[in-house]
Amino acid sequence: MDDPLVRISGLRVAFDGVPVLRGVDLAVGSGEAVGLVGESGCGKSVTWLAALGLLPGKAQVTGSVVLDGQELLGAPMPLLDRVRGGQIAMIFQDPASSLNPVHRIGRQVGEALRLHRGMDGAAARAETRRLLDQVGIPDAGNRMEAYPHELSGGQNQRVMIAMALAGRPRLLVADEPTTALDVTIQAQILDLLATLRAETGMALVLISHDLGVVAETCDRVAVMYAGLVIEEVSSARLFDAPAHPYTQGLLSALPPLDGLPRQHLAAIPGSVPEPRALPPGCAFGPRCPRRASLCDEQVPLLVDVAPGQRAACRILGADVPPAFGLAAA
Amino acid sequence: MLRFIAGRLLRAALTIVMVVTFAFVVLRLSGDPALLILSVDAPPEAVAAFREAWGLDRPLWVQYFSYFGAILQGDLGQSMRDGRDAIDLVAERIPATLALTLPALALKVGIGIPAGVYAALHRNSATDRVVMVMAVAGFAVPSFVLGLLLVLVFAVQLGWLPSGGQDSWRHAILPVITLGIGGAAVLARFTRSAMLEVLGQPYIRTASAKGVSWRAVVRGHALPNAAIPTVTIVGFMVGSLIAGAVVVESVFSWPGVGRLLVVAVSNRDLAVVQCVLLLVAATMVTSNFIVDLLYGVLDPRLRTARGGGKG
Repeated sequence: MDDPLVRISGLRVAFDGVPVLRGVDLAVGSGEAVGLVGESGCGKSVTWLAALGLLPGKAQVTGSVVLDGQELLGAPMPLLDRVRGGQIAMIFQDPASSLNPVHRIGRQVGEALRLHRGMDGAAARAETRRLLDQVGIPDAGNRMEAYPHELSGGQNQRVMIAMALAGRPRLLVADEPTTALDVTIQAQILDLLATLRAETGMALVLISHDLGVVAETCDRVAVMYAGLVIEEVSSARLFDAPAHPYTQGLLSALPPLDGLPRQHLAAIPGSVPEPRALPPGCAFGPRCPRRASLCDEQVPLLVDVAPGQRAACRILGADVPPAFGLAAA
Repeated sequence: MLRFIAGRLLRAALTIVMVVTFAFVVLRLSGDPALLILSVDAPPEAVAAFREAWGLDRPLWVQYFSYFGAILQGDLGQSMRDGRDAIDLVAERIPATLALTLPALALKVGIGIPAGVYAALHRNSATDRVVMVMAVAGFAVPSFVLGLLLVLVFAVQLGWLPSGGQDSWRHAILPVITLGIGGAAVLARFTRSAMLEVLGQPYIRTASAKGVSWRAVVRGHALPNAAIPTVTIVGFMVGSLIAGAVVVESVFSWPGVGRLLVVAVSNRDLAVVQCVLLLVAATMVTSNFIVDLLYGVLDPRLRTARGGGKG
């Protein structure tokens, strides 16, 4: 990507010396929808919390996050406060606890309007009402006066989205926005995000561990494992031609849609390595069906494996016979 | 909401009745006022006359009900020592006690809460550790030890301040500090943990993520939430404004309600002790009631739970 909206390069994060991100490279173009998938703890959320300077002080963050030519890592607080919500907005997993319980929702949305658009008083109230309307809160005029505990989880997530839209951000980072919600509500929220993206032209990063959700909503998917992006691929190719053995493992672990009953799901053997005890070379190596000796030599880099597809696997392209056969690939 | 208030008032009345009953029973089981006031060498006829005069010869339950009947008519009895109304004896001591406990309360709140907030915001910093060590020390040292220490240093060694008595505002300084430090320590620890709890909540991250400056996050988002548990502790402190200085008043010879209580207990001056305890219970119950109402103001979730609607 020549001139992305946000370019994250070599982003490393460590907590008390334990590496959590090990050099993440990711670019998001204007108006683009990018999915970020991976297991819990692989660093999906940390990537964006670090980019916005939202990690606790003890986190050591290095690398680069450039928005519009401006470096965000180590940027002065006033600049970050303008970027947060104004350029890049973020919504979170648990909407009920992500809203302040002692403030009315109208006030919480209005705060973003005041900060990023200088709106106050009647104008702010009118705009808050319009935003709540836009995200599908019924009876928005009265609901502005409600407290978060008086709304359902799905409605709270809509409020979060309205709050995120208030600053007219160019990128919305949605961190597992549907994980805490009922399945039917999940679909509504995802539809809403897709609609809003079409209406406003903002870019979207959807963080999820659900490949189906991501592929449906996003143009492009980045798969993370143990603090690294290990594959980047268009949503179309994700299901047809996954390159990295980990991505292939994730896909074969999905229940088949033709749903023959009592069929065992394939699982990736082993478990994610502890961040403080990573294997040498490829972190996925110990669980990989195609592991070869060169896998342990160095951490693999993302390389082009097909047009619009990059993967961090040294086996690909190298003419190495698999150590043992890929089970039912 | 009305039902909530009525329920709380009923509970408050019950609490006071229980306190008064407990005091009544314990006082009558723990010594004979006739012998204490007239001395053990008094002739038996004098003791019998004293008992009859104060109704102590009647069965306990008769005394109890006549005592309660009198309370309901606003008669809290007379001191057995000089026959004055117990309520007057107590009332004239209240200003002296408040002269210590009100400034001490201001000291507790004025130092404890800011120190706790500061420590939480600078968690694990050197300042945080210093504040917490001081808080533990202030909490662990009993007030009579601290009072004597302060007297030793500032009255005896340095000679800056008087060691006891109630002649000028300078006499109040040491007792106020003695009273205030322990409470400030408790409040600092409590405020710190309340703030840390709140600062770890997802809505704090949300506020930062929407571009609210850190100062405004602390003021507008963290403090209102941390105030909810802190108010409980301050409520207890307000409740002990009358009776919270018993030990300190004794150490500094301060003629307040606390000293009156100590003297009245050792004399088994029943009416005076009961009057003080009634007053203490009433203050405690009132402040708890106010705290309960404040919860509703501070926390909209409780307002709804109490049927107050969207207030």
